Amino acid sequence: MDVVLLSRLQFALTIMFHYLFPPLTIGMGVVLVYLEGMYLRTREPMYETAARFWTRVFALNFAVGVATGIVMEFQFGTNWAVYSRFVGDVFGSALAAEGIFAFFLESGFLAVLVFGWDRVGPKMHFFSTVMVSLGSIFSSVWIVVANSWQQTPAGSHLVAVERGGAALVRAEITDFWALVFNPSTVQRLVHVWIGAFILGAFFIMSISAWYLLKGRHAAFARRSFGGALLLGTLASLAALVSGHSQARNVYRHQPAKIAAFEAHFTTGPGDLSLFGLPDQRAGVIRGNVAIPGGLSFLLHDDFEAPVLGLDRIRPQDRPPVLLPFVSYRVMVGLGLAFIGLTLLASLLHWRNRLFETRWLLWIFVFAVGGAMVANQFGWVAAEVGRQPWVVQPPVVRGPDGAPLLDADGFLRYATATITAPDGTSREIVAGLRTRDGVSESVTAGQVLTSILLFGFIYLLLGALWIAVLHHKIQAGPEPPRDPRAPDLLDAAGAIAGHRASLTHAKGGAA
Amino acid sequence: MSLPVIWFVLLAALLTGYAILDGFDLGVGILHPLARDERERRLFVNAIGPLWDGNEVWLVTFGGALFAMFPEAYATIFSGFYLAFMLLLVALITRAVSLEFRGKMASAGWRRAWDWAFFGSSLGATLLFGVTVGNGIIGVPLDTHGVFAGGLLALLGPYQLLVGLLAVALFALHGALFLHLKAEGPVQQRLATAVWHVWGTFLTLYLLVTIYTLLVVPEAAANFRHYPWAGIVLVLNVLAIAYIPRALFLRRYGRAFVASTLTITCLVFLFAMAVFPTILHARNDPALSWTIYNAASSTKTLTIGLIIAGIGMPFVLAYTGIVYWTFRGKVVLDDHSY
Repeated sequence: MDVVLLSRLQFALTIMFHYLFPPLTIGMGVVLVYLEGMYLRTREPMYETAARFWTRVFALNFAVGVATGIVMEFQFGTNWAVYSRFVGDVFGSALAAEGIFAFFLESGFLAVLVFGWDRVGPKMHFFSTVMVSLGSIFSSVWIVVANSWQQTPAGSHLVAVERGGAALVRAEITDFWALVFNPSTVQRLVHVWIGAFILGAFFIMSISAWYLLKGRHAAFARRSFGGALLLGTLASLAALVSGHSQARNVYRHQPAKIAAFEAHFTTGPGDLSLFGLPDQRAGVIRGNVAIPGGLSFLLHDDFEAPVLGLDRIRPQDRPPVLLPFVSYRVMVGLGLAFIGLTLLASLLHWRNRLFETRWLLWIFVFAVGGAMVANQFGWVAAEVGRQPWVVQPPVVRGPDGAPLLDADGFLRYATATITAPDGTSREIVAGLRTRDGVSESVTAGQVLTSILLFGFIYLLLGALWIAVLHHKIQAGPEPPRDPRAPDLLDAAGAIAGHRASLTHAKGGAA
Repeated sequence: MSLPVIWFVLLAALLTGYAILDGFDLGVGILHPLARDERERRLFVNAIGPLWDGNEVWLVTFGGALFAMFPEAYATIFSGFYLAFMLLLVALITRAVSLEFRGKMASAGWRRAWDWAFFGSSLGATLLFGVTVGNGIIGVPLDTHGVFAGGLLALLGPYQLLVGLLAVALFALHGALFLHLKAEGPVQQRLATAVWHVWGTFLTLYLLVTIYTLLVVPEAAANFRHYPWAGIVLVLNVLAIAYIPRALFLRRYGRAFVASTLTITCLVFLFAMAVFPTILHARNDPALSWTIYNAASSTKTLTIGLIIAGIGMPFVLAYTGIVYWTFRGKVVLDDHSY
């Protein structure tokens, strides 16, 4: 296997494992803010119990997210050195902003959130929760900005800098805000957040449903399920609206990607395939069940309107079809299923029958897996669909906004004129191919070693995460405290002249 | 000061922040076998419990800033040190996970396994940091395109390993002084004895590395001739190291910790002075080196980065202050501890 394929596999492995956790923390962070805010307002002990329990679960997810996140930052340099040289000027600013604005905020206040219950007052604790939640959201902003720039570059230009007597081409910033608000940032960010809220809500509903089915911590589980159901329902509905609007935006800026999502091989009116297996070589979908003109309707509100197909993309610029087609369908299918599930549950909840409908609760116990898959597959579709580019060149458009075709009838990508140190100029396409981005000095053997290393560590980590999560769920939330009790204990402790000492501390709790 | 110079100084500042803060929690990991029973082991872990994660962010931000401001150096270093950095990542992951998971189950075997993982990963990560710094001083082989041209063995020479050991001794010293402030009872007594041995080891390695550096990399001293004021830092460094035993003798442990903090600051400064304006020195031909000028991003990015840092850093210092203030004082183990 070659170093490009291995490096891509390693990136896929490490990013997919990492991405199990950030959406969970973003989604759960919002729920924690709600629970603690409600506790401050109502002083109902149930809210505090819930906040304490979910904070412990949150901390576990956060820790694994941080541990696997450092790998991502290193990997740009270790495996994708040429890419790093190409994008550093642009991408680096977003990454540095993420470090300074987001990581310090989340990890600093996480300490207060997890360890500070008895050290700071409830208001300061609530403030810390808000900061951690904001930090995780800021972090998503900057990394999505960086990713979106690679999909739809803006606010930058290509220049040649002299390195060792040769011209090295790299992207440089021309306009910071144009880069931040490049054509796909806002749409992608909204969709990422909605995906995170769905996952957070389904995660909480899963554990709560399990408690309800087992008849444990019923009051706590009802409260948690109810709150998460509201978030899950709203987010599932919002995902549909956001997804539709995003697909149109992708068609405008990355038509090759939509053609891959929909296995739309030939330019013309597009059908919406519901089931089928695309065969890229033959240019057909086998076993196709489709809504005629459905794709044209979704993109143009017109069943007859032509949609640009893969035949208009140069053969060497065509993305693979099978993986984007399948993963896109899995994501959309799951998204529709979430809407059905949450609406049904909301209806039953309204009728006061939800917590007796055991079969539905059982579905919710496992539906969190679906939410994880939907988040993952959405990214698989987005990232594989932009291949063979790691930085996709922008589409050239005519005055009417329609993409222009070149003399051979293929879609035109933007180009840049590069002047070498010796004064000669040449025209290059304004993007970077994935296969050209790998490190010059790294061998396939080295990457294979690190894949095995990470594969082993992540397998272990995944098993441990599940074991500890299971343990925490078994332990369950603490019973609500009598609000006066701790004060009395404190007072007694003060009179007796000793504080909670090592020997009095409970072992094993954290 | 030109923008590349400002960013070189800021990177050195981030590295100093990292070495001071993560330095003591890595040190606590290295000293972890000194703890004799479960209560002491929990005390060690909880002394850094709320702090280590925030400390590690300094490394992440250092990496991000290097990527943003000197992408050429970032790309060459990270791809060149491939296997070394993969091992470093494994160490950092293992460390985070062992801290997080050890207290989650009551089984003694479970906890002992994580204790050894915590010790091994702290030791391994520190050693690899030191080896990386050693390579930064002595240089690495680069080809005409500024790409690393060598194997793992080129990075693991005796000089680099010696600097790695120095880093281990330095962080162990820093961690022991930190723990002494956080602990009470018999373990504190044992730390007070251990810290003398650690200090002695550190001093020996410090002298060896200094002599070795002047012998193999005489050009490391060049900047001190250009900028004689930098000699003050050298004197300050020696004074700080010499003050530690005095403070220990007088039982002024807080001051001893301040002295080890100052020692780390001086050492990072001396490292920066030894390499400036180079970021990655080419051992085979100095003309191929990556300097802050030929590795830098565009002026616009350097400026935007400075604005981001200017807005962000005051907040960062404020949160760090709040968190350290919240968790000041001796370790108290409660329901929320590890």
